[in-house]
Amino acid sequence: MANQLIVSLSPHVHNNDSVQKNMYGVILALVPALLVSFYMFGLGAVIVTLTSVVACLFFEWAITKFILKRERTTIMDGSAALTGLLLGFNLPSNLPIWIIIIGALVAIGIGKMTFGGLGCNPFNPALVGRIFLLISFPVQMTSWPVNGQWMSYTDAETAATPLSLMKQAVHGNVDALSQLPSSFDLFLGSNPGCIGEISSLALLLGLAYMLWKKIISWHIPVSILATVFVFSGLMHLANPVAYASPFAHLFTGGLMLGAIFMATDYVTSPMTHKGMVIYGVAIGFLTVVIRLFGAYPEGMSFAIFIMNAFTPLINTYCKPKRFGEVVKK
Amino acid sequence: MKTFRIGGVHPAENKLSAGKAIETLALPKQAVFPLSQHIGAPAAAIVKKGDLVKVGTKIAEAGGFVSAPIFSSVSGKVNKVDSVIDASGYRKPAIFIDVEGDEWEETIDRSTDLVKECNLTPEEIVAKIKDAGIVGMGGACFPTHVKLMPPPGCKAECVIINAVECEPYLTADHRLMLEKADQILVGVSLLMKAAKVTRGYIGIENNKPDAIQLMTEKARNYTGIEVVPLKVKYPQGGEKQLIDAVIGRQVPAPPAIPINVGAVVQNVGTAYAVYEAVMKNKPLFERVVTVTGKSLQNPSNFLTRMGTPMSQLIDAAGGLPADTGKVIGGGPMMGKALVNTEVPICKGSSGVLIMNDKEARRAEPEPCIRCAKCVSACPMGLEPYLLATCSALKDWERVEKEMIMSCIECGSCQFTCPSHRPMLDYIRMGKGKVGGIIRARNAKK
Amino acid sequence: MDLILIAVVSLGAIGLIAAIILYVASKKFAVYEDPRIAQVAEVLPQANCGGCGYPGCSGFAAACVKAGSLEGKLCPVGGQPTMEKVAGILGLEAAASEPKVAVVRCNGTCANRPRVTQYDGVRSCVIANSTYGGETGCTFGCLGCGDCVAACKFDAIRMNPETGLPEVDEEKCTACGACSKACPRAIIEIRPKGKNNRRVYVQCVNKDKGVIARKACAAACIGCGKCVKTCPFEAITLAANLAYIDPAKCKSCRKCEMECPQNAIIAKNFPPRKPKPEGEAAAKPAAPKPSAPKAEAPKAEAPKTEAPKAE
Repeated sequence: MANQLIVSLSPHVHNNDSVQKNMYGVILALVPALLVSFYMFGLGAVIVTLTSVVACLFFEWAITKFILKRERTTIMDGSAALTGLLLGFNLPSNLPIWIIIIGALVAIGIGKMTFGGLGCNPFNPALVGRIFLLISFPVQMTSWPVNGQWMSYTDAETAATPLSLMKQAVHGNVDALSQLPSSFDLFLGSNPGCIGEISSLALLLGLAYMLWKKIISWHIPVSILATVFVFSGLMHLANPVAYASPFAHLFTGGLMLGAIFMATDYVTSPMTHKGMVIYGVAIGFLTVVIRLFGAYPEGMSFAIFIMNAFTPLINTYCKPKRFGEVVKK
Repeated sequence: MKTFRIGGVHPAENKLSAGKAIETLALPKQAVFPLSQHIGAPAAAIVKKGDLVKVGTKIAEAGGFVSAPIFSSVSGKVNKVDSVIDASGYRKPAIFIDVEGDEWEETIDRSTDLVKECNLTPEEIVAKIKDAGIVGMGGACFPTHVKLMPPPGCKAECVIINAVECEPYLTADHRLMLEKADQILVGVSLLMKAAKVTRGYIGIENNKPDAIQLMTEKARNYTGIEVVPLKVKYPQGGEKQLIDAVIGRQVPAPPAIPINVGAVVQNVGTAYAVYEAVMKNKPLFERVVTVTGKSLQNPSNFLTRMGTPMSQLIDAAGGLPADTGKVIGGGPMMGKALVNTEVPICKGSSGVLIMNDKEARRAEPEPCIRCAKCVSACPMGLEPYLLATCSALKDWERVEKEMIMSCIECGSCQFTCPSHRPMLDYIRMGKGKVGGIIRARNAKK
Repeated sequence: MDLILIAVVSLGAIGLIAAIILYVASKKFAVYEDPRIAQVAEVLPQANCGGCGYPGCSGFAAACVKAGSLEGKLCPVGGQPTMEKVAGILGLEAAASEPKVAVVRCNGTCANRPRVTQYDGVRSCVIANSTYGGETGCTFGCLGCGDCVAACKFDAIRMNPETGLPEVDEEKCTACGACSKACPRAIIEIRPKGKNNRRVYVQCVNKDKGVIARKACAAACIGCGKCVKTCPFEAITLAANLAYIDPAKCKSCRKCEMECPQNAIIAKNFPPRKPKPEGEAAAKPAAPKPSAPKAEAPKAEAPKTEAPKAE
């Protein structure tokens, strides 16, 4: 025989899926939200997301090359770009560039590479970046520009978000809830907020795409959204003046973005469907608790962060249903 | 439509040779019979150099209860009893026979008439199956008579015929059903009689509608046989998955076996071999083999005498393409990559698959991104990522606790892994080690 | 003032209670351990390699103390000196033992053993071994994936990229046997170092018949049996087409080495033979593993037993 045969164990075929395909698939699913943000926030959104993505790619490349000294650079696998995009989506569109770069460094450097890079990080890197910025720069991180100021960046006028109105209602401002935009407006995304979180419609389009492409399963987003709906609905029924309607909760703040794109991060979410549901329910519950009773108006990122920490525990105790556990019909 | 309940994947079917009628392959110049063609003890050679044999002459005796005799598929002279590299990639003892003419043992009924009447008792049928050297022809090669003799305390309730052929590329069983439907059904009836049951199911995936239709029609003439169309999903041909799909029962974790839920599973090729053995007195020495591959000129199904080197089948299908990277004995999901093309066809060789260099090479593995696709794909409800990692770290206690021994090595996890991680390599290593530990523990008791 | 007082008192009270609990627990739940175990463990190398057959050094120490005799107990890392120290502590006799070293019994270098297939699986000998016979025609020889290298805790075994075979650093090798256990093909043997570090052994484990073995590897033992006949001390046995030199009987006369038609017997660390070209250092330190049969000085090949079987 002329050529040497290749020998390896079975299986000899592969479905041609790859890390890149999954990562770029998620990025593609983020495109509708990205377009909406460009439309709503104009120049600021472009600058913030671009800076965030470029900075994340740069730090990933630099750390792999100069600190870890690995031969293979991993910037092309799409994970750093995705982290950058998600980080950008979690920032207000008037954030100065230097703060974004610090956020990217924390996200990639501390959130991801200190643990060994892709696949090893216990927390979602974009969330690490966002929470770091939120705690370090609370003023800049919580002043949201009013929509429609196309050509302005850090000089944009700011306004209160629906979430802060909801918080005021909890603290006894009986008029606050009546100032909320209608749920339909919230759904489309005409309210102030972080770049990527405003339009629930665009984010749901992304979810549909990811479910269609089988990039993620439905368990995490659905369980989060359902829990938030039910829990906030119960609270609303108990006291409609203090607690906003469940639709307002669903369509405001980072809930959709978090439920669809942040909580479903492969690396930091549980491995079994049962575990995913537990994780999702807990995130939904914690989010509403923080929103209604916590110090911050938004609780999504903290809820995901806390549950990321519980993921290994969930993985240890939630095993898939083994074949043979159902013995006879 | 029925299917099994946990996991599963959909590899591209690539049934290139589905439309090709079974052709009879020419006799080889020399036939080689490895003595270990089945699970269990190797057979013991009963011929020596210079002996003359005919087609159907027994050349090796079963080496124990879980073992099977081997019959010559050719007539001629024994050249030597030596060793040959078989599908395992190792050198194993084998009998070499130089072919001269084509003279059959007189006891074999070579007519093509369909014989339906059988007055034998179940025990006699089992004895005939045992003496004909029949083993599971789907690839596992477990001696058939052992499955028909349930251990004490177990009772068979039904016979399930595996006509799923869930491996991509392979079409041997499909063609056999289209061309030998009646013989197969008689074989199924014989198996049911031997197992003392009144119900028989034939599971066929619905990517073979012509076979489902034909078998359903013909099965009306046989009592107790039902054709069950199944949704296409790999690994439906796995014994445990098939039982789950057809009768909705799940075999518990090892050491439980299918008979514990009352099922006896046999391959459709086995049913045909049983028909020939019992009704025609013909021992197992030939089978249908699919020769296929995208780069192959003429993918075909051949009725092949055992012991024929695979190179002869490949030549008959258009020759080995120049860019061949891998030659696989069996299907792409569970087949064994071969060291060379001189490996002989054995009882369990269902196909020969040629892959070009590019298809054959594994992609560079990347870090596990914990996407959980392997967990969703695993038909046994295991966590392949965990088993692979713990096996690589040699944490045998942990992998045993995580039920590594339940793994059926179907390859769904590795097939589906976006990071191209060689999980099954590690899991197999872990299974081997844990199996050894369990055996040592049982021996101590 | 009150605040400080309360803080001091309450913290002090907590500390006191904790101390009492700890004290009681340490007395009540104390496990008696023979103090000699700690003493013995002290003199052991603390490499925890498991070469002695016990789980780590403390396990070995406990076993030594418990057994009451050092028969059959040896710390391969520390060797005889360590065992004498152990014997001193326990007041026992140290069993005599010979220093040993790991030897790689395969000389299937890239040149000797051409590759016939490509292995595309995980780089692990155990997995490659379960996949098939290996990239070369020899189904017994070294697979070259380096499980032994990974198993060595003393950095004493390295792959030589030129030969594709592992090489033992005799200075560093402690004969703990980890590499031998890691090798799925039992190619690595723990052999006595021999007098002056000189030893003679068969550098092959191929049990195939002569023709097949020779076809697969130019340095394979073909089981011809010449060495068996040559050996004046009956130290060589031939089983399954493979010769083996019993280190206990071998007197390192090197007659077999000269006789072997395949150069499969190696005499290690001997001075170069007279006619041989300018050998470098002679019987010096551990020459790298006996891989490439170059004209290097320390290569003295010894008895080989091949019996070319006519077929």
